[in-house]
Amino acid sequence: MSTRRLVVALACLGVASVATGERPERAPGLGLPASNEDVARVFWSIFPDGENLPPGSGTAAEGGILFQLHCQACHGPEGAGSPADRLVGGQGTLGTEEPVKTIGSYWPYATTVFNYIRRAMPYTAPMSLSNDEYYALTAYLLKINEIIPSNQIIDAETLPKVVMPNEEGFVISYPARPARYDYRKDQ
Amino acid sequence: MSRKTRTGDPILDALPVAGNGLLDRRALLKLATMGSVAGLAAGRARTAFADPVGADQPEWLLAPGLPTEEYGQPSHFELERVRRQVVLRPSGGQTIPVLSFTPHDLLHGTHTPSGLHFEINHHGIPDIDPKRHALVIHGMVERPLKLDLERLDRYPTVTHDYFVECAGNSFSLWDDEPLKATLARTHGLLSGSEWTGVPLAVLLDEAGVQPGAKWIVAEGADSGSLSRSVPIEKALDDSLIALYQNGERIRPGQGYPMRFFNPGFEGNTNVKWVRSLRVTDRPAMTRFETSRYTDLMPDGKALQFTLEMEVKSVITRPSNSMKLKEPGYYEIAGLAWTGAGRIRRVEVSADTGRTWGDALLQEPVLPKMTTRFRMPWRWDGGPAILQSRATDETGRVQPTRQALIAARGRAPRQGRYHFNGIHSWGVLPGGEIRHVYA
Repeated sequence: MSTRRLVVALACLGVASVATGERPERAPGLGLPASNEDVARVFWSIFPDGENLPPGSGTAAEGGILFQLHCQACHGPEGAGSPADRLVGGQGTLGTEEPVKTIGSYWPYATTVFNYIRRAMPYTAPMSLSNDEYYALTAYLLKINEIIPSNQIIDAETLPKVVMPNEEGFVISYPARPARYDYRKDQ
Repeated sequence: MSRKTRTGDPILDALPVAGNGLLDRRALLKLATMGSVAGLAAGRARTAFADPVGADQPEWLLAPGLPTEEYGQPSHFELERVRRQVVLRPSGGQTIPVLSFTPHDLLHGTHTPSGLHFEINHHGIPDIDPKRHALVIHGMVERPLKLDLERLDRYPTVTHDYFVECAGNSFSLWDDEPLKATLARTHGLLSGSEWTGVPLAVLLDEAGVQPGAKWIVAEGADSGSLSRSVPIEKALDDSLIALYQNGERIRPGQGYPMRFFNPGFEGNTNVKWVRSLRVTDRPAMTRFETSRYTDLMPDGKALQFTLEMEVKSVITRPSNSMKLKEPGYYEIAGLAWTGAGRIRRVEVSADTGRTWGDALLQEPVLPKMTTRFRMPWRWDGGPAILQSRATDETGRVQPTRQALIAARGRAPRQGRYHFNGIHSWGVLPGGEIRHVYA
């Protein structure tokens, strides 16, 4: 049975709801109500407009010390890379034969940096720092890419306002089918 | 080539359909309908046995075998049939295998054994206790829901065969020189399985999606909380919360106990160990949909959310791990797939793409699943370039490598995604098989 037909079949079990527009319990109705605490525990995503950013703040100066402590072993001094990803430079290379993709040259949103490192870094001890420390590290990464000055405070207010150099560099391709290659000429 | 006298043997009688020995695929159908009558007669020859009667028999007939196992394993004669691994060394000499490639050169069928399904685990495999794991559906819904494995298991389930392909499968084919390595390394980030789970549409119906909802942001319970945004049309169409793979619980490396499964979409949208689905009106722009898994084009702009995997095929036999020992009959076989639906046609060439013949597609041809194709071939002992070219039901044809590179540019060093060009095997006069560009 296709998914759609299954949904239709299930909807028929709650016919009254379809007719009246009410939202009574649907079959099978086994989901438990999720509390705000349930949601907060699993929902870490932060959106470009700042939705879901936590309280706290930090500066690049604080972040530089944290970077040496927690990040430099993999990402190199000042994010120069090796063995893990290079984090700085590369601006102006995306249209060349050797594009260098870094936070500064490629990432379109500053919130993505905070979102990612807060959930995934340091690699061997993710989620082990405080919100203040993750804000400070984010500030440091933006500063070494010359996107913000070293004294700027980064918090839930200021982070979404940071404009990344490559913010205009992406074309959302959905719902169109992928257009990497023109198939029409082969048909 | 002149028509030969009919011998009654489907292969000997088969007519060429394209250059360099390719034969009409209908020979395979005729073979399949032939009985084994001829074979039975051969076993009757008298043999002078010594005493005891089994003296000329192999030892496995002469004593009871091993007891059964709780979980069966492949023959120990097949120990090399394992995934090819790539390890990273982040720091301090610690090695972390993060890529496992399916060895398609050693497999034959349409489904990949669960233990050989490719894996990429960006932050390792979490060891999840299902009693302490739940999926929370929240955001733009009337009733935020929490579902653990026990509850999910009571929902109506569906079973479908689907491929999973990493967006980075065949990344080495962007390189200027053909990789001198196995088929696993060039096409092993693709696998096909039977997946069983709860249609996400059923769960979203229970939660009550609010008007204006357009995306679902999924997060996994791995140590990087891998996260992707997927359009809600997909979720309402054929997405699953998958609980079983090939009939058994999804294995830890595939997302145990539950996986957000999006048929035909690029591999990492199938978020393993899923624990959070946020219904929203916009994508979250996570790392894996911005800095990774985006397609940088020659003009410096990047295409984002190019989610559907494209029409593609590859010959799996003969391939690098085989050597053609003598001229004569061989079966060319391979896999074809497309995220757009069904494979309509696969053509094979043995003469560098000058002529093509239609391959036989193994029925049933299922949407968003690997399809096995076969082509009878008589090798004359000379050089040959073997290629396959797939067409899907939307009419898209697998492009040549040259055409793809002309459109997309040379390989950027990072992020070499969505290579679906035609792959070439070179058959050397001695029968060795090499990956070549042709």
